[in-house]
Amino acid sequence: MYKVLIIWLFSVGSVVAQEATKHFGPQDAAIEIRLRTTTDIEIFAPTVVDFLSKHPDFSVHYEQWGSNDLYEKTSNECASKTPSADIVISSAVHQMVKLVNDRCAAPWNSDVSQKLMPELSWRNEIWGITSEPAVMVYNKTLVSQDQVPYTRFDLLDLLRPQDNEFAGRVATYDIEASGLGFLFAFLDSREASTFGALMEAFARSGAVATCCSSEIINGVIEGRYLIAYNVLGSYANTIAKTQSVLGIIEPQDYTLVLSRAAILPGRNANRGAGLFLEYLLSDQGQAQMSEQFLVTKSQSAFEQNEPPATATRRIIELGPALLVAEDQATVRRFNQRWHDIFSTFDR
Amino acid sequence: MSNKATKGQTLSLTMRLTVGLGGLLLFGGIVLTLAAFAYGRVAARDAFDRLLVGAANTIASNISISDGQLVVDLPRSAFDLLALAPNDRIAYEVRGVNGELVTGYALDVIPDRPMTFSDMPHYFDADFFGEPARFVRTTRTFSERQFSGTVQVVVGQTILARQELAFDITKRALLGLLIGGIAVLGMALVVVRSALRPLEKIADTIRQRDPRDLTQIDQHAPKEISDMVSSLNAFMQRLEQQFDVMRNLISDTAHQLRTPVAALRAQSDFALRESDEIKRAQIVSKIHSRSLSLGRLLDQMLSRAMVIHRIESARRETLDLRDIALTLIDDGDHSLIYPDHDIHLEIGPEPILVYGDLISLTEAAKNLLSNALAHGVAPVTIGVESTNSHACIWVRDLGDGPQVELDIGDRFVRSSVSKGKSAGLGLSIAKSVADAFEGRLELVRNEAGFKISILLPLKRGNDV
Repeated sequence: MYKVLIIWLFSVGSVVAQEATKHFGPQDAAIEIRLRTTTDIEIFAPTVVDFLSKHPDFSVHYEQWGSNDLYEKTSNECASKTPSADIVISSAVHQMVKLVNDRCAAPWNSDVSQKLMPELSWRNEIWGITSEPAVMVYNKTLVSQDQVPYTRFDLLDLLRPQDNEFAGRVATYDIEASGLGFLFAFLDSREASTFGALMEAFARSGAVATCCSSEIINGVIEGRYLIAYNVLGSYANTIAKTQSVLGIIEPQDYTLVLSRAAILPGRNANRGAGLFLEYLLSDQGQAQMSEQFLVTKSQSAFEQNEPPATATRRIIELGPALLVAEDQATVRRFNQRWHDIFSTFDR
Repeated sequence: MSNKATKGQTLSLTMRLTVGLGGLLLFGGIVLTLAAFAYGRVAARDAFDRLLVGAANTIASNISISDGQLVVDLPRSAFDLLALAPNDRIAYEVRGVNGELVTGYALDVIPDRPMTFSDMPHYFDADFFGEPARFVRTTRTFSERQFSGTVQVVVGQTILARQELAFDITKRALLGLLIGGIAVLGMALVVVRSALRPLEKIADTIRQRDPRDLTQIDQHAPKEISDMVSSLNAFMQRLEQQFDVMRNLISDTAHQLRTPVAALRAQSDFALRESDEIKRAQIVSKIHSRSLSLGRLLDQMLSRAMVIHRIESARRETLDLRDIALTLIDDGDHSLIYPDHDIHLEIGPEPILVYGDLISLTEAAKNLLSNALAHGVAPVTIGVESTNSHACIWVRDLGDGPQVELDIGDRFVRSSVSKGKSAGLGLSIAKSVADAFEGRLELVRNEAGFKISILLPLKRGNDV
């Protein structure tokens, strides 16, 4: 089923900016909430449906976007003061922070949003609604148990030997195509010095930089890739439910934890969107999302033999510091460096 | 004394103090609020300006030159610094030598100022996406072979945190002020209450007193109140003296009138029963002379009462003793009673001034004159003269004068009164008046006759 979705997504997503749309709830609902998000419909749909079951007079118009396109669209609409979405949820949280800093988001004050960890909201205009670790996935049948990398150092060690079996079979995000991929890579580069070595190792061993969590995970399942680095845990865990071949590791040196950011575009929040936000932040919404692994407490349920890795979790704070990741000179230079390394070791 | 005095209450002292202090505190509070707010704003501005310039300098120091190109490695620490104002949006930009944007927002708010080569940061206020914000511009100058010129770094931030801090500072200052004000007011009330407690005590004491109790009130009280209590005591003393006088007057009068009235009744009884016309005419003549003498006695007693009352209460003034002598001659009262008596007057051309009450002194002199006319030997002379220190009004006749001495005081009065002799009463009046105006009565007997003088302190003409 998942494959079908992916094929369908690609057939649509390559021509128009939005990758998929779907309408939830009655067509003649009193209030239609226009939701734009980078989250796959498949994963987020149960949450939307649960929300609508509580609010039958609402409907949700769901548009799924690529993060960079979504940012560009929202930013343009902000500049022209014609916001056409009521709520935007993106995994490229630095882009959302930039939108807030550019005064493109409306505040929403409520008890629920104030319960949130202070790191996960800013100005009452942006809220982190999920917690998803950036994980490594591997093919259980193709990677032997003693080879499984639990840290980035383990991964480096695997890639170090010349002509190792992982050459050309490690995948990660293409940081230029994916806002989230860029953010993970950028934060890695700030987090630890291992990242420089890791990038070189990737380049030297002919790692594949490609788009989209789904495609990467699928590649691992199919055996095209043995290991994938910096994949969103929510997607991996969802697929692992049906694909037992997929192994998931939260790196034990540190694990970045992404909290998808929601903003309410425009100067004044849409009430329906505000209620949807409150639902997402409520215990009920969080519980619903945890069923799709959008909210995880610590180590994934599929690696229970490993010790809990809470201490090594690094929550990506939603605050002005993320503006650095959206600075054009920094982005240009980071991309340049990525290019340089990958071209040096071009296959 | 009258009800008006108690009902015409003005604002209580406590209330006055409360209103006064409250007004002062309110006024001070407003002034201090403005001052605190101004100070708070400046303090908040300075504090956050430091963050701003710190962030700008951090960014500037992270600019480097690589292959002749500016490389801006935006440090996260700069943003962490600015995030100390947690809810404020951040603006930044880096511009190259020619003002071209290197990175950041293309802020169009930068004032057109010629670039200086000093490192002094330049602060300014402008809007950032429609919200008021504070900016700083710093510069960094490069003089490398490949790159030379000045790079500008502008960092700005909205001002929510500044306003919050300013408000917070003001709030704290006001809280302190409020607590202090309440404390001052409270203390003031306590002080006023304790200061007024002696007054309440005195009021209570007086309220609980027997109406006839005019003894002194305990003067043990703070100085200000002690002054009031001593005036009150003095007042009560005068009141008691007045009472005494009245008591004496009443008892004297009763006593004095009883004897002559009894005599009159007895003689009128005789007259009723007497059948002999001649004897009855004699008795009636006696009754007539008795009643004349009784009238004179009554006159003098009333005169004494009036004099004593006036001594206590009348306002004193500067007066000329010659006027008194002249008044007595001019009145001519004596000529009605003693038409065959001549009165001589001896006065000088100079005014002889004393400080006293005209009516009392006139009454005293009149009594002396009456005595001389009634009991002395004609001719009678009245005169006014002065020595160095004393003014003197005197009456002289050729007789021997009364048989009593004057220094016996009250008893002398009583005895003379009880005997129904008006002469003693007249002397008593003169003595009382002399005493009241710090003078004395002087009696002189010699070959020229009997001279009785009222001596009073002389008031010099230039003292007027």
